[in-house]
Amino acid sequence: MKPLDEVTRQASEWLRGVGPLSDIVISSRIRLARNVRGYVFLSRADADTRTELAELLQAAIRRSRDLEGLVHLDLERLDDLDRAVLVERHLISRQHAEGSGARRVAFDGNEVAALMINEEDHLRVQVMRSGLQLDQAWEQISSIDDALQENLEFAFHPKYGYLTACPTNVGTGIRVSVMLHLPALRLTNELEKVFQAAKEMRLAIRGFHGEGTEALGDLFQISNQVTLGRTEIEIIEDFRDAIIPRIVEYERAARTSLLKNRLHALDDKIWRALGTLQNARLISSSEAMQYLSHLRMGVHTGRLKNIELQTLNELFLQTQPAHLQKLQGERLTGEQRSYVRASLIRARLSRN
Amino acid sequence: MGLCERCRKAQATFHLTNIDASGAKQERHLCERCAIEEGLVQIAKPVPDVAELLEGLVATGKSASALANIVCEECGISYVEFRNQGLLGCPNDYDAFEEPLRRLLERAHDGATQHVGKAPKAVGPRRLVIQDLRRLKRRLAEAIAAEDYERAARLRDEIRQLEGS
Repeated sequence: MKPLDEVTRQASEWLRGVGPLSDIVISSRIRLARNVRGYVFLSRADADTRTELAELLQAAIRRSRDLEGLVHLDLERLDDLDRAVLVERHLISRQHAEGSGARRVAFDGNEVAALMINEEDHLRVQVMRSGLQLDQAWEQISSIDDALQENLEFAFHPKYGYLTACPTNVGTGIRVSVMLHLPALRLTNELEKVFQAAKEMRLAIRGFHGEGTEALGDLFQISNQVTLGRTEIEIIEDFRDAIIPRIVEYERAARTSLLKNRLHALDDKIWRALGTLQNARLISSSEAMQYLSHLRMGVHTGRLKNIELQTLNELFLQTQPAHLQKLQGERLTGEQRSYVRASLIRARLSRN
Repeated sequence: MGLCERCRKAQATFHLTNIDASGAKQERHLCERCAIEEGLVQIAKPVPDVAELLEGLVATGKSASALANIVCEECGISYVEFRNQGLLGCPNDYDAFEEPLRRLLERAHDGATQHVGKAPKAVGPRRLVIQDLRRLKRRLAEAIAAEDYERAARLRDEIRQLEGS
């Protein structure tokens, strides 16, 4: 797979570390769930229907304005390692990677927009940007949705809105997810403030890879649950104007308090992380993410001067199992991966 | 606010008062982590999952078995099958299962049952869309089989137009 070999060498757009509040807000993602009118949902679709849907959706994407020139991949023709690379880059979900039957994905060269065909719904469109850029993401995804609707009719109900396979997504079919880096709140043991704030607004909190995952590297994903009875804009405003500024403020306060009252403890975390990453000979993915998280905090609190944010962002991605094996050009066992990961990190951090 | 009495590190945010059988009062002050570790609170779970919602529905519904046996005429799935897999079979299920689904939707969406967001643009005559291709091709095959060449030619042009545009 040529295109995937190339993409593994760079960080995705959403990991560029730019955009508003990017010291705390890693990325903003919006996803829309859509189903083609006149077809059963995937749980009732036989192999032929799935294939027909895949062809039909791919044709519609190819014909839609602004969606020319996307990379189209057939998941059935990719091996498990390539599919895992796409999951690590958040271009497809784990469910999509591990599913069966006709499944495709299309995404643009910058990996901002991605369209998953035959995941839980016939089509799931996502737009992902770095920092807090929900308005831009909404503008783009809504325009993609409009363009697709010039060539396709989606299942829509006057009362229930866009119909989805799972009733928890019905209506707008929107899922807004903001990924946050909250190392100081974890160090000061104040994460419960964040959980409380999210709970009050009926938002879900998950780890780095979404549903059912741990908060590796102090990264948390906050997303809406309610999709019916509120407009897309209202849902986005909850994030943009209410929850995100509040959490950002908590994290900033925790960072300030660490700098002011517990500087030695903060420095100790940062420099131990650097020491470990510059010297370890074997390191697991979760350990690497934890220390990279502390380095990132070091950069953003101004305690670490000689490390580029870009290097850290690339390492976040490239130290994950599938990326590591792709970069190495061979399949590796767990222990081999720990060795290769440690070597890669040492090489990158000494170059700084 | 004081520190957690268990770990003595984090702020205590859970303040519990127990009164035992003898009437003696016991107060505890814990941080969230310790409270979770002691099994005193559940880890935050803002919205119950579908399985849970359905369990609740069937447990409270007076005509649960009648509702469970509703079958969608279009895809053949029964409400109980939906309940087991958590996914609907086709768009028509929203109407076929209207009654049991309504309560589920209300619980999942903060009481809402009416969509207010974006809707498809419905202006002018209905446009030909990709999914019409399938239908046209099927009709073309029928027309050819019936040796209705005039109709076949017309269908062929329509298909070409749709494919070429």
